[in-house]
Amino acid sequence: MAAIVSRTRSFVPPKSFRTITESAPVRWTLTAIAVGFLSLFLLMPLIAVFYEAFKKGVQLYLATFSDPYAIDAIRLTLTVAAISVPLNLLFGLAAAWAITKFTFRGKSLLVTVLDLPFAVSPVIAGLIFVLIFSTTHGWLAEPIKAWDLRIIFALPGIALATIFITLPFIARELIPVMQAQGRDEELAALTLGAGGWRTFFHVTLPNVKWGLFYGVILCNARAMGEFGAVAVVSGNIKGKTSTMPLYIETLYMEYQTVSAFSLATILSLLALATLLLKNFIEWRTAKSARH
Amino acid sequence: METRKKTKRRPSRRILPGFGLTMGITVTYLTLLVLIPLSAVFIRSSGMGWDAFWTAITGRQVVASYKVTFGISFLAAATNAVFGFLVAWVLTRYRFPGRRILDALVDLPFALPTAVAGIALTALYARNGWLGQFFYSLGIETAYSQVGIYIALTFIGLPFVVRTLQPVMEDLDAEVEEAAASLGAGRAKVFTQIIVPALLPAMLTGFALAFARAIGEYGSVIFISGNIPLRTEITPLVIVKFLENYQYPQATAVAAVMLTASFALLFVINLLQRWAEKNS
Repeated sequence: MAAIVSRTRSFVPPKSFRTITESAPVRWTLTAIAVGFLSLFLLMPLIAVFYEAFKKGVQLYLATFSDPYAIDAIRLTLTVAAISVPLNLLFGLAAAWAITKFTFRGKSLLVTVLDLPFAVSPVIAGLIFVLIFSTTHGWLAEPIKAWDLRIIFALPGIALATIFITLPFIARELIPVMQAQGRDEELAALTLGAGGWRTFFHVTLPNVKWGLFYGVILCNARAMGEFGAVAVVSGNIKGKTSTMPLYIETLYMEYQTVSAFSLATILSLLALATLLLKNFIEWRTAKSARH
Repeated sequence: METRKKTKRRPSRRILPGFGLTMGITVTYLTLLVLIPLSAVFIRSSGMGWDAFWTAITGRQVVASYKVTFGISFLAAATNAVFGFLVAWVLTRYRFPGRRILDALVDLPFALPTAVAGIALTALYARNGWLGQFFYSLGIETAYSQVGIYIALTFIGLPFVVRTLQPVMEDLDAEVEEAAASLGAGRAKVFTQIIVPALLPAMLTGFALAFARAIGEYGSVIFISGNIPLRTEITPLVIVKFLENYQYPQATAVAAVMLTASFALLFVINLLQRWAEKNS
């Protein structure tokens, strides 16, 4: 469902609406309202992040990145992304292959389950893993204590919550691309004697590489930026279980506004890069569609 | 020969290899990471007994938070439906400098971490913020109030209506509009009788998506809302507070209510999408 937003659109060449349209004053008024609304709600917050970060000079901005806790937070965030993105990549490839290359009963149910993480509040996404792995209240409390494992308030819990939140992204990006591709090329490769893996790596993968790339980048951006789910499972111990978004919250609550916004610029740049890539890919598909 | 043998053994639609492997991975992954964890919420709440469950989900603070969450989410989604329609219209039909940049920025609330959005909006709308000072001089308290929650929820729901409407608007057949116009229909009549009916399913889908996202939202809200009990506490925050006080059963019970609401919405969204597909 919510994947509608994230997906790169297969581009339809813009039709000309010049034959029939509103009168010029109406057009200008509507355009002014739309531009005003978007500037107010999208541009202003973005500008505010960078303004607040650099308000007191570059020196103070850079000082944030020598704070050992900030470095720990960046390292933890990168670790969490390095665990969750590859797992969701493998899953996304498998799910997209199963869903687009075969017909089977219960497919729409499978797709609905795949979309569930989009429908769940991030707070609940954290809670569900607490209910299973907490040493005081979890289903698996006994074995976890017996083996002296640390899951909640530790890296595994943060990774699990992040995997849950970002689980649909890559699959959801791949499914429409693979669907559009059909099965003919794979069938041809198999008929010509290529094995399953060879067909996958030499036929399927090159065809979907841009969609796959965007899916991975989006999944990564969301993994690094997740706040609610991680807040519930991490315990937010500075230098230990505090990810970048959590440490931004800590800094902000401690009135270290410049540091909070400085760290936020990194995640904002990541978000902007994701948007840029999406548009680049859409532009590319549009160009190849025109040829 | 190889293919023929296979066709005999399996239904012909499974000529490509890898069905067992990819299905196995997909089902195992979804069961372990999605189905079992989510079922924990319902199994745990059903184990706590009806009375305890009812008391937990109807506490004064909890009920107040439902009103805030559902009421303001509805208002924000409605705002997005109106402005999202306008934005999608302008972006697909008109050409003006900066259009492509604005179009690209529509996805920002989706890509920007919620905590970053939260502190940025608070800085903007606080009493001394760029926009806040203007609103406060009008007597509107934009930060640490329900207005603040409304602003945050409007921000995060913004892409949904625009992105559901855009492809449908691009596909609208200009010839139908031309035909209506040549038969003497005015622009207003064409709009209300041809364009709006064609776009209504997509618009409602976008509205429902924005609403569904808003009721679960946490990160972008908690900074600007001020979290005043009974007034500006959203339900996800109430769950977090229960957890912080080690009131796990209460947290689980309220989570069950929210999950049920989300699943009901998901069902409605699926129906709407089916309607939208039939309509196009």
